[in-house]
Amino acid sequence: MNAQTKKIKILIAKPGLDGHDVGAKVVVRALIEAGFEVIYTGLRKSPEEIALAARDADVDVIGLSILSGSHLPICHDMKSEIEKYQLASKVWVIGGNIPKEDHDALLEIGVEGVFNTGSKLDDIIAFIREKVGERAS
Amino acid sequence: MNEQVKVDVRWNESGIEIKPLYTAEDVAATRIEEAGIPDGVGLPGQYPFTRGIHDMMYRKRPWTMRQYTGFGNAEDTNKRFKYLIETGNTGLNVAFDLPTQCGFDSDDPMAAGEVGRVGMAIDTLKDMEIAFEGIDIENVTVSLTINGTAAIMIAMYLAMAEKRGFDLKKMRGTCQNDILKEYVGRGTWIYPVDPSVRLVADTMEYCASEAPLYSPVSVCGYHIRESGATPVEEMAYGFCIARAYFDQVLKRGLDIDDFAYRMSFNFNIFGQLFEQICKFRAGRRLWAKIVKNEFGARNPKSMWLRMIAGGGGSGLTIEQPENNIVRGSYYALISALSGAQTVALCCYDEAYTIPSEKAQRISTRTMQILIEEMGMTDTVDPLAGSHYVETLTNQMESEMVRIMKEVDDDGGILKLISEGKIQSHVSKQAHDHQKDLEDGSFRKVGVNCFEIEQEDHAVEMHPYKREDADKQVERLNKVKADRDDAAVTLALDNLRAAANGSDNMMPAIMEAVKAYASVGEMNAVLVDVFGKYKEPVIF
Repeated sequence: MNAQTKKIKILIAKPGLDGHDVGAKVVVRALIEAGFEVIYTGLRKSPEEIALAARDADVDVIGLSILSGSHLPICHDMKSEIEKYQLASKVWVIGGNIPKEDHDALLEIGVEGVFNTGSKLDDIIAFIREKVGERAS
Repeated sequence: MNEQVKVDVRWNESGIEIKPLYTAEDVAATRIEEAGIPDGVGLPGQYPFTRGIHDMMYRKRPWTMRQYTGFGNAEDTNKRFKYLIETGNTGLNVAFDLPTQCGFDSDDPMAAGEVGRVGMAIDTLKDMEIAFEGIDIENVTVSLTINGTAAIMIAMYLAMAEKRGFDLKKMRGTCQNDILKEYVGRGTWIYPVDPSVRLVADTMEYCASEAPLYSPVSVCGYHIRESGATPVEEMAYGFCIARAYFDQVLKRGLDIDDFAYRMSFNFNIFGQLFEQICKFRAGRRLWAKIVKNEFGARNPKSMWLRMIAGGGGSGLTIEQPENNIVRGSYYALISALSGAQTVALCCYDEAYTIPSEKAQRISTRTMQILIEEMGMTDTVDPLAGSHYVETLTNQMESEMVRIMKEVDDDGGILKLISEGKIQSHVSKQAHDHQKDLEDGSFRKVGVNCFEIEQEDHAVEMHPYKREDADKQVERLNKVKADRDDAAVTLALDNLRAAANGSDNMMPAIMEAVKAYASVGEMNAVLVDVFGKYKEPVIF
């Protein structure tokens, strides 16, 4: 067990124009309940707005929720913003309707965890604890 | 020996306890009395329409089969429309891409990667003309699933019909145009709440005089349910929203019977079979009472809960997707037993992708099997008189009344949505539901029981073609090059003046549309005048 002295801070964001936010909000609640500090951006944020929010709040994790199918172009843009604002040390995860065949491409871009529709909340929580723990140690 | 059999206690999703046995006593104990309604239920085609809004229902005409579709550009969608009509669909239900829904042109940087992805891209009237080319829109009724830019899309649709020589006075069709539910779920809002509701009222007022058979609004409990509402909340919130639109139109001096008869509704069909059926029967009766008693309508048609029942996306699973075909057929059965006017049935591959032609065909065939083989159109409201069904119908209605009163007591639906309270309430329930799914207390086949090792490529993915988006931008550029710029500028100035004032904005939108102003150009004017909605985020 890695004793966390500081609460893990997570940004959950909805990039692009996709309005499906049921999943994002469910995840936000689950993360708060798990003891994390969570900031939810609301809908329709550009990758740059998300990067700035992550930088300003100094979060440990950036989580994107995308159900419109445009995860690849959005993550390409997000990658540039992450580099531009030097956020590479953050754990980057995405969730939503992400076909299996796109998972490798996303991991290559720099996403660390892909959580498809149907993922278990406990798995998401455990993944975040583990990854942030690795960074801290 | 008279040993009592011990049974477990069960509730439906609406929080009503379900007993192992119902008798006539239960019906009597839950009956909601109103003078002039024999046995509290009445006959089909008669107030309060518990059993259906028409006397003969499907015996006269089966429900309209209206599958939801649209992708790529107008040509692609036109082809799919024709395919659906060929397979036996009797109506069309148009999906728009997100830039169109959010007010961006296809060449806007905000549209990058999204053009034509989840629906058809529409920039100008030209696209609307292409999308419906060769389709007999007088007999195949068209439903436009759009909200944030609905006033513009209605104008484009009517302008297209007019150009083709149709008489707008006879033009049927529906637009979703329920912006209030977009703030709760689905999320394609643009402007703040007040001007958005004003736009909805503008379309209702405009259509009441110019296109009196067109349904400019379809109030959606559907998406509120998808966002986490219970079945009774879905109806209750939907009715609160419909009342809010009515109030706006009445303020303009119209009589309730001038427009209420064109109000349409959209409800969800996933969940337990009897609970869903009773939801529709109870909702139909309650809505009739509201319109008659609260609003003083005299025309029975104003009291009709005309509805599209459909989708059921949240009931489908990523796991063992073929099981979704089975779920879909139960959902279709629910619709048929509920007296829906129109059904848009979900497709088994929806948890993965935009439905394939094959998946669309299976959904259409599911409904055709009910009509052709199962005798589902033979008799009206066949479950009426069942002790269970009548009791549950009564109980569901009472619950809806209670929830509507709660909303009113808390300040009304406009206030609760503006403050994000409804959003927070339903999203909490969605979270609780997810936990119930994960700990197995809410059973879902293939998800938390009867699981199997998942296959990798269970469904065929809908391809996204960049070339379609490029073609769309090319066409927009060509339209812009060919149009009369002075006419566009003048029309946009007139739109700005209308938005700044208090007159109905629809005539100005019609003028702009006919001058081939783009969605993005018109939306920019309205954003400039109204500003943008700021989402309240509360947990």
